[in-house]
Amino acid sequence: MTATADVRQETLGVQTATAVRTPRYRLRRKLATLALLAPALLGLLIFFVYPLIASVYYSFTRYDLVSPPEWIGLRNYEYLFTKDPKVVIAAINTFWFVSIMVPVKIIFALLIAGLLARARAASGFWRTLFYLPALVPPVASVVAFVFLFNPGTGPVNQVLRFFGIQGPLWFNDPAWSKPSLLLLAIWVMGDIMIIFLAALLDVPREQYEAASLDGANGVQQLRYVTFPNITPVLLFALVTGIIAALQYFTEAAVASGVASGKAVVGEGTGNNLGYPGNSLLTYTEWLYVRGFSQYQLGYASALAVLLFVVSAVILVLLLRRFKAFTPEGAA
Amino acid sequence: MTTQTGLSKPGFAPSGLSRRGLYWVGEHAVLVALGVLFIAPIVFVGLTSLMSSEQTLTASLWPNPVQWSNYLNVFTQVPLLRWFANSALYAVLATAFMLVSSVPAAYALAKIKFPGSNLLFTAIIVAMLLPPQVTAIPVYVMWSGAGLTGTLWPLILPNLLGDAFSIFLLRQFFLTIPKEYADAARVDGCTEFQVLTRVVIPMAKPGIAATGIFMFFHSWNDYFGPLLYTSENSDWWPVAYGLASFRGIHGTDWGLTMAMTVLVMVPVVVIFFFAQRVFVEGITMTGVKG
Repeated sequence: MTATADVRQETLGVQTATAVRTPRYRLRRKLATLALLAPALLGLLIFFVYPLIASVYYSFTRYDLVSPPEWIGLRNYEYLFTKDPKVVIAAINTFWFVSIMVPVKIIFALLIAGLLARARAASGFWRTLFYLPALVPPVASVVAFVFLFNPGTGPVNQVLRFFGIQGPLWFNDPAWSKPSLLLLAIWVMGDIMIIFLAALLDVPREQYEAASLDGANGVQQLRYVTFPNITPVLLFALVTGIIAALQYFTEAAVASGVASGKAVVGEGTGNNLGYPGNSLLTYTEWLYVRGFSQYQLGYASALAVLLFVVSAVILVLLLRRFKAFTPEGAA
Repeated sequence: MTTQTGLSKPGFAPSGLSRRGLYWVGEHAVLVALGVLFIAPIVFVGLTSLMSSEQTLTASLWPNPVQWSNYLNVFTQVPLLRWFANSALYAVLATAFMLVSSVPAAYALAKIKFPGSNLLFTAIIVAMLLPPQVTAIPVYVMWSGAGLTGTLWPLILPNLLGDAFSIFLLRQFFLTIPKEYADAARVDGCTEFQVLTRVVIPMAKPGIAATGIFMFFHSWNDYFGPLLYTSENSDWWPVAYGLASFRGIHGTDWGLTMAMTVLVMVPVVVIFFFAQRVFVEGITMTGVKG
């Protein structure tokens, strides 16, 4: 309804404008629009369109940055799908973060947002407290967690010992390294928690009142009033979360570097990525190792093209679903 | 009504009032417990940053004696001032460049009708959501050809040509400004550039501030970019990247490592507390309009 009214108003506006303005004015306006957009257009071409095309080209070549790319057809892809010893491990690790970390983080963010909304603590002290960890620079939060969970003298295992529990080796044990990063992800859930909180507070009061007049109990109100209202935000968090998890890199790389006690510096960069025992080797880390530690830029481009295809499938789902991401999507 | 019955039978099954009271107590107990868990990591980091190297290896959790000198020693152990300067250069220039290039583009997308605007907007969304690793290799090859690898310039300069996420977010803010204001200014003879500088920018200050802060934090926290371009040249390391490598270079001194961790957090937390309202509004803007 509103949209129709808007369109009508706008058409009227354009008509009056064209009736009054000269062709020269319209040309000037077009040039002005182009001038406003020029930097961004150029940026999209240089840093987005060209690299996408170039990635596909490089993926059919052998290229080490020193000698020019040499065409080798599908050999990179053949190696990727049949011979690469670690790509499967890396893909499975990334899949773990996509399929476990994303939903767990969303559930915790939703629970805490619900608690804050119910306790009428939606602003001020409590919100800030639960948001604060999300503000900590990721590198700092990972370094802090590797310290807190260090098996020897870390405060977490100290506290567990106080209760008579022998804590695990956390970031130093292949079985516990991913769950340790999961705990970190829960700790920094603040940004999606704030989005959920705003959505929960936006649910019209009257709908709850109407439901309760109809005799709906608490669970039914949650099911039939709260959830339908926050579904768009939940889906938004899910899909952006999946996109972020597909490129999961910083937390895993820093955790490996700090827990192994070896610097992630220069030549040795690739050596401790994945520590302990490849358990934290993500897909994007593997792309980085092949491309920038071993300078196999052609093969790394094949890995990048595969990442692009997977992300694109998820993006298509996203673009269809969300009003904010469509041109009409407005405030 | 319910309250009255509740008060008249205090000794019986939970009445409306006291049940609500129980809920209140229960909810706040959970809040306090979770709050303690959420704040504990920061407290332990702060306490450990004041411990001597030997003390961090003992079972005690309270610094004794309090060793403030950790905060001075990190500056002599590593070129921390230089790293802070690098981070500041990266974050300030990236933010300034982003605003100069992205505000006009977002304005055109939000307030001007032009052919191809839908296609352009879709391209910006895809560029914003695509993992940076997909385009990293050709972009690296370009900067390598320009001889700028080993510095932070490959991460700063592209912002002169717009940043997809910032354009998206600024556009969302600009859309909330009623178009009548822009139209009125046009009728009064303003050029598009004047509409932008005299009408839209003054009205969208909070949104522009939020977008700028996001960009500043993004650059300050960036790890993948500096790893790609500066990992072999510690003269150009930003402080977050230096922190990630600190423990490897300087053994196992957790006290010093935690002091540096605190120092990396401080600027971000200070900016947040000064701009909290604008910042929270910005986060909500990215998600709620879904």
